[in-house]
Amino acid sequence: MSLTDLTALLALGSIALFVIGLKRLSRVRTARSGNALMAAGMLLAVLITLLEIGLVDYRWIIGGLALGAVIGVAIVLRAQATQMPEIVARFNGFGGAASAFVALSLFWLEVVETSGAATAANVLGGTAGTTLVLSVLIGSTTLSGSILAELKLRGTLSGSPRVPARTAVMGLLLLGGLALGGVAVFATEQAPLAAALVLGLVAASLLAGVVLVLPIGGADMPVVISLLNSLSGLAAAAAGFALTNQLLIIAGTIVGAAGLILTQIMCVAMNRSLVNVIAGSFGEGGDVEHGEYGHVIATDPESAAMVLEAAASVVIVPGYGLAAARAQNAAHDLAKALIDRGTEVRFAIHPVAGRMPGHMNVVLAEAEVPYELLFEMSEINAEFSSTDVAIVVGANDVVNPAANTSPGSPIAGMPILEVEHARQVFVIKRSLSPGYAGIKNELFERDHTAMLYGDAKQVLTDLAGEVEAAG
Amino acid sequence: MMGPLLISLYVFVLAAFLGFELINKVPPTLHTPLMSGANAMSGITIIGALTLVTVASPSVGVVLGFLALVLATINVVGGFLVTDRMLATFGRRS
Repeated sequence: MSLTDLTALLALGSIALFVIGLKRLSRVRTARSGNALMAAGMLLAVLITLLEIGLVDYRWIIGGLALGAVIGVAIVLRAQATQMPEIVARFNGFGGAASAFVALSLFWLEVVETSGAATAANVLGGTAGTTLVLSVLIGSTTLSGSILAELKLRGTLSGSPRVPARTAVMGLLLLGGLALGGVAVFATEQAPLAAALVLGLVAASLLAGVVLVLPIGGADMPVVISLLNSLSGLAAAAAGFALTNQLLIIAGTIVGAAGLILTQIMCVAMNRSLVNVIAGSFGEGGDVEHGEYGHVIATDPESAAMVLEAAASVVIVPGYGLAAARAQNAAHDLAKALIDRGTEVRFAIHPVAGRMPGHMNVVLAEAEVPYELLFEMSEINAEFSSTDVAIVVGANDVVNPAANTSPGSPIAGMPILEVEHARQVFVIKRSLSPGYAGIKNELFERDHTAMLYGDAKQVLTDLAGEVEAAG
Repeated sequence: MMGPLLISLYVFVLAAFLGFELINKVPPTLHTPLMSGANAMSGITIIGALTLVTVASPSVGVVLGFLALVLATINVVGGFLVTDRMLATFGRRS
């Protein structure tokens, strides 16, 4: 068997690991092993490639792998559970950038730095030339889009400014970028000119990523990141075409396709259509009425604790505010204090509470809240009518009854946690400011709702203290 | 006998179908970890980068390839690690 046959066979093993791993990753019980299998597939792919390269100068390879591994590990170790979504966005940007750099490197090595008077298409072939341009285009768009998404998730960049004539601008940037790339690859034999044109392609693609993500509201970032993830897979696939590397094409395409399906699944979970998300029509003040609050009851931790002490069953509903205030430990402390008194305590998890689907699971798990206490929306909604007290911690849109009652509302039809059926509702929130949908929440005006204004961590700590003191 | 381009095209289309069929119902809990894992997998471009940095002379092309290698490695190592960290915190309920 030749070396080529051997590596091709091993590549099949790598692909199998990817496919089985991804499949297992989409089931709760097998998820962790699925991730490990995919990592093994990646390691195998790297080993195969090193085998293919044969004996070369390893300095850059070892240096690059070592530097990347150290930085990657450092980023993960430094991250807190609440930052996970941002980290995913950042890594995604790196992946897109890597594919763009692969294509750029190929272009410089084979075209710019060789002194032959020929077009890139002549040197590389038309297909490689075309896909090289696509890899740069998609990779760069993914990079700038992901950076923007991370900033929006972090709250560094708030608001979703309108870009005038966005579709036209976007089209112009993408087509313009493609045209620059096309000329660079097919029409010029002058290396410096080709290099300049390709840099123009990079600039246009980076701008396109900004124009794509800028007008989209922070609440939709999970969907955007999933879409960008799909794109970074396609960028890798394009790089695979440019290098005629089947393994790269297969793995990249699988990510591209699976990422698109996941994006669709996430849209359905949030009751949004992908077109709506991309259009960036959600969470803008414009045509949405904010509404003034009339009758709102405010209370303090001491009075609230007395109600809690008398309760037999309590449901805690965490939202982004809990993650932002890093109040997960305080929430767990309150739960423990209540459980010690014999109160039944459950956490109700809305699928899209927080900045990402599953965000609350990650945050509460970090505070070591037992998994048995976490209930998904479908399991808990019927239970609210027999619940004494529901405590909403920093959540807003996901408990807004308007989703069920007013068909004209921007969140109409979105599945919500029906906390209003509980006998008493406490809402821990810093103010009456609207959530991402930018609308008023009638729940706050109900007679059996009382607001506990303040920092979620502080209020929860106070509540836990009062409950413990009551013994 | 198919040419290499046609083979690549076959591979691309079949892989796309595979990717579409691979993921169907996913519980919301796993949306973020699945996205994170798929994202780590898109770091496969690491193998492209490896083939480009095989000479010692530091030309612009090699430096670009080196940047690609570093970024792809961050994506791969960090991506799988962060996914594992998310999944490790998920308790089990039978």
